[in-house]
Amino acid sequence: MPSTPGVPHQALDPPQVALSSLPPWLWALVAVMASALLNAAIGPVAIPPGIVVRILLSRLPHAWIEPSWPATFTTILYQIRLPHTALMALCGMALGGSGAAYQGLFRNPLADPYIIGVASGAGFGAVAAMAAGWPETALGLAAIPLAAFVGALITVLFVYNLARVGRAISVTTLILAGVAAGSFLSALTSLILLITTHELRRAILWLLGGFQVGGWEPSLVMLPYLTIGLALLALLGRPINVLQYGDEQATQLGLNVERIKTAVIVAASLVAATAVSFSGIIAFVGLVVPHLVRLMWGPDYRRLIPLATLGGGTVLLMADIVARVALAPRDLPVGIVTSLIGAPFFLWLLHRARERKFDG
Amino acid sequence: MTTLRLIEVALGYEGRSVLRQVSLEVRGGEVLALVGPNGVGKSTLINAACGLLPVLAGQVLVDGDDLSRMSPPERARLVAVVPQGTSLPPAFTAFDVVLSGRTPYLGWLDRVGKADEQASLMAMARTGTFDLARRRVGELSGGERQRVLIARALAQSAPVLLLDEPTAHLDLRHQDNVLSMVRALAVERGMAVMMSLHDLNLVARFADRVVLLSDGGVRSIGLPQHVLTPDELASVYGVKMLVLAHPVHHWPVVLPG
Repeated sequence: MPSTPGVPHQALDPPQVALSSLPPWLWALVAVMASALLNAAIGPVAIPPGIVVRILLSRLPHAWIEPSWPATFTTILYQIRLPHTALMALCGMALGGSGAAYQGLFRNPLADPYIIGVASGAGFGAVAAMAAGWPETALGLAAIPLAAFVGALITVLFVYNLARVGRAISVTTLILAGVAAGSFLSALTSLILLITTHELRRAILWLLGGFQVGGWEPSLVMLPYLTIGLALLALLGRPINVLQYGDEQATQLGLNVERIKTAVIVAASLVAATAVSFSGIIAFVGLVVPHLVRLMWGPDYRRLIPLATLGGGTVLLMADIVARVALAPRDLPVGIVTSLIGAPFFLWLLHRARERKFDG
Repeated sequence: MTTLRLIEVALGYEGRSVLRQVSLEVRGGEVLALVGPNGVGKSTLINAACGLLPVLAGQVLVDGDDLSRMSPPERARLVAVVPQGTSLPPAFTAFDVVLSGRTPYLGWLDRVGKADEQASLMAMARTGTFDLARRRVGELSGGERQRVLIARALAQSAPVLLLDEPTAHLDLRHQDNVLSMVRALAVERGMAVMMSLHDLNLVARFADRVVLLSDGGVRSIGLPQHVLTPDELASVYGVKMLVLAHPVHHWPVVLPG
């Protein structure tokens, strides 16, 4: 770097808030891979993580690994465990990434897809689509995320405009509007469940955050929606940083505020709705994960969004392990676990917020 | 050099008229101060001069180009603002804040480049905030914050600089420090500077010209010694004032009495 008159040369690198000398994304990547490995290893038939790795590696071309494990392990891993692990990882990533984006959009660290009612909106859309028999049409499973997306988008626009008093968005009205919209849509969803019968059981389990659709299809359906949405959110990190100064300052700084907000709303709602379509309503992951990332690596959305995405995957994979181990051999819906852990965390955050201003 | 020109501007909010028939001009290298009683519309005028608040009538021109026909990034490349009582995200570092001044030069999917970091660091060096770069803005003192915000405006490298009450809540030394810096920047970079100020003695010392606002319009424009007269001040503020000449520097000194 050329030296500049008047500027100390050694100080030209931009300041970093990192706590560790290793890059944060490496931590987050290792964490999500380790929890995925553990998630795939644990179950009624325990497969040691070392064997999971060897089974995976043995699929690579030119990998000279002697199969020293029972053939059933391979079947269980590829037919049951890995599809489930992939789905968990994708849903968690979607919740973490969209949670971070909603927090940036609303400039409110308490926003998450569940609290602002978007998850309920997506849930309503998804259940309505199931009740109408859309998955049996040519669109198949891919129809559910689209219906959920429409539900999520309508909800977030409604809540956003309701919460906006004049030019500012008030935290109180945001949460109240979210709760009201969420309750209303949950009631509508329950109504649909009551008047239709054929999808009842599946939909109720789905609402509790269980994963009832097996196989690789859900993950494959989610992948394109999530890739587009999360990539867009990650790229929007810098403009979202500018939004943190408030609409007036952001406009004075030359940001096209309305356009950026629209892009964030569309991308975050697509991501959240896709997760809700296959996981049901899983609360608090989108709230807790961005918080933890912020505590560790600072408030910069350029890194917060990708790290919360990876962190969301880690947290949901771990919560899923708890859900399957706690009352084994019975599986708990993972949504119960995230709420049992997440709700006290939320209360602790509220308590802490009264003592100290929120970071970011 | 750049000129900011307001031509017969009318401003207001939702049917309530705040200012009418405001015409003024700020030339490059000049510091223009807006004074007047509380609620007369100083902040409103600043918000209009940066294009944030649409004018109800008239035009705001930078070198003849109408701000109302420009996009936010186009406007921000011409006009930088140091707002009043600014809320800043407390966990952002001072460097993060200054870097946000580069927003008008970055498309919404662009990443911050070396040139942007360089421009931000140069702005921090010029405003004496270099050592604050890694500090969180929530931990800065009022004077430090204000200098960081001026650094952000410099990183924006716009030829017009607007400041809304830049010395509010600052002690004497920091008032002096901030306004001296603003003056020096106007001269050395040829920036057209318009700021609102409450303290008439600071106006007399640091402004080239003064705009006195009263009753929804401009009452007078001119040199400080021509505008800040006992008669004018008494009729605008409703308080009897004494205006003396500074014994050493000869600028007007305003005293109650």
